[in-house]
Amino acid sequence: MIALSNYLILSAVLFAISIAGLVLNRKNLISILMCIELLLLAVNTNFIAFADYLNNNLGEVFVFFVLTVAAAEAAIGLAIVITIYRNSHTITTEDLDNLKG
Amino acid sequence: MGFYQLLPELFVLTMACVILLVDLYYPQKKLLLTYSLTQMTLVISAFISFWLLNTPVFIGFTGNFVRDNLSSFLEILIALVTFITFVFSRDYILSRGNMARGEYYILGLFSVLGMMVLVSAHSLLTIYLGLELMSLPLYAMVAMKREDRNASEAAIKYFVMGALASGMLLYGVSLIYGVTGALDLHVIAQSILISANQSYTVLVLGLIFIVIGSLFKLGGAPFHMWVPDVYQGAPTSVTIFVSAAPKLAAFAMTLRLLAEMLPALYTQWQPLLIVVAILSMGIGNLLAIAQSSIKRMLAYSGISHIGYMTLGILTGTLAGYSAALFYIVAYVFMTLAGFSMLVLLSRQGFECENLEDLRGLNNRSPWLAFMMLLVMFSMAGLPPLVGFFAKLAVFEAVIAVHLVWLAVLAIVFAIIGLYYYLRVVKIMYFDAPTSHELISWQLDMRLVISFNSLALLLFGIFPSALLTLCHNVFL
Repeated sequence: MIALSNYLILSAVLFAISIAGLVLNRKNLISILMCIELLLLAVNTNFIAFADYLNNNLGEVFVFFVLTVAAAEAAIGLAIVITIYRNSHTITTEDLDNLKG
Repeated sequence: MGFYQLLPELFVLTMACVILLVDLYYPQKKLLLTYSLTQMTLVISAFISFWLLNTPVFIGFTGNFVRDNLSSFLEILIALVTFITFVFSRDYILSRGNMARGEYYILGLFSVLGMMVLVSAHSLLTIYLGLELMSLPLYAMVAMKREDRNASEAAIKYFVMGALASGMLLYGVSLIYGVTGALDLHVIAQSILISANQSYTVLVLGLIFIVIGSLFKLGGAPFHMWVPDVYQGAPTSVTIFVSAAPKLAAFAMTLRLLAEMLPALYTQWQPLLIVVAILSMGIGNLLAIAQSSIKRMLAYSGISHIGYMTLGILTGTLAGYSAALFYIVAYVFMTLAGFSMLVLLSRQGFECENLEDLRGLNNRSPWLAFMMLLVMFSMAGLPPLVGFFAKLAVFEAVIAVHLVWLAVLAIVFAIIGLYYYLRVVKIMYFDAPTSHELISWQLDMRLVISFNSLALLLFGIFPSALLTLCHNVFL
């Protein structure tokens, strides 16, 4: 039996990795999309661990919704990446500097 | 079962699907049918929500849905604001050939559906789904001008920041769920009250993530990085949409999460919001001065307005909440008028985006210059416009909870903000015009913008009607 805290630490580590990836990434838009997926998976781990620990299936239901939305989100993200590629023929993060902010 | 309580949402959903099919199979000139069906849907849904106003509070569908005055009131406003947005979008997308597709309105309708779900959400699950349904179409709408490099850059920035925000919010939600084992807002609030100090740290951690997530969506500092870029890069007609209606929904979300779900943690979220309010007012007002693009200037001014609105929420009192509601309603109509003026002054091949483009507007069209003057004065918070009373109500609520220093600081920032609003007025009235081209004559747009700006004046002279309305919503 694996303790609840181990799951929570795992998900916290995943969460930190994905945030670090989003903040530090200077290379590629695709890896940003992967970081976003990882972020949602970290949350899912949390939900599943809590649902199992509490014997309560609300968390599992939530995970299904998160997975569905994540799929839609990835589709829109990739579509936007395609428009960027068509306009500037690159998907490097550093080249996105037309708008200064 | 009370299915009729869901009627506005169901109606918008059905009509969005119907319009999708009509747009697909019915060849039409200038999207006239899609446009009129969309506008009709918004008007009817506003009437249904109006009919449901003042009915007793209904919480149903296993606690996932609530129909109270706050949700009905905001649904009406969302429909109205979107209606006005689409009036300004019609010519804009028609004259820019690559944008004129029915998807524009359909995505808008689905986003409206998301906002409606969000304002009437009563569990963390519905809040999340409403939030995503609201945001996903918005990302696509920002990227609608496909050949425009800036628009796609703005879209990816908006998308990444939005996804990060929902991720943060979800992480907070999962922690709250872990402590309480529930998703229903009231059940969570009860179980936190009962088991006061148990797993206190986890709760506060969850609270912090939830506050960060909501502020990302509202666009308050220090989570405002996306706002100027998106407002500037997006086509102006989409900027109106992004800057207005979603703020109403995000306001409702923040209020439900903090005031309904976590009132027990009031002493924890108040300092957080104080920091956010000060940063938003400071960064928004100071950086707005440095902008030469009027879209960016309005974006930074929007950030500062979110700061003022946060002042109302952080009081934690009913008076504060209704002041915040009053503020956000006033803000939405001000930003609506401000950006729609830019749409009106733009035409094919020329986008009114820089402060210079407003130069000498008074010589070209005194009436439009006067309308813009009303908007700028209202944003600056000068009497007798509605922006003044919105600020006054918020300051009153803050002083009532003995945070006088915060109110003084807010007034100082408001005075700093006066500078860049008045600069716009100066440019319009005292600078020589650079172009003498006639401004296109579109009666519907001119009527709507005049009504909108005059409403700012009217509700400023007679603020009591709107104030009472915003107050009654919370009773």
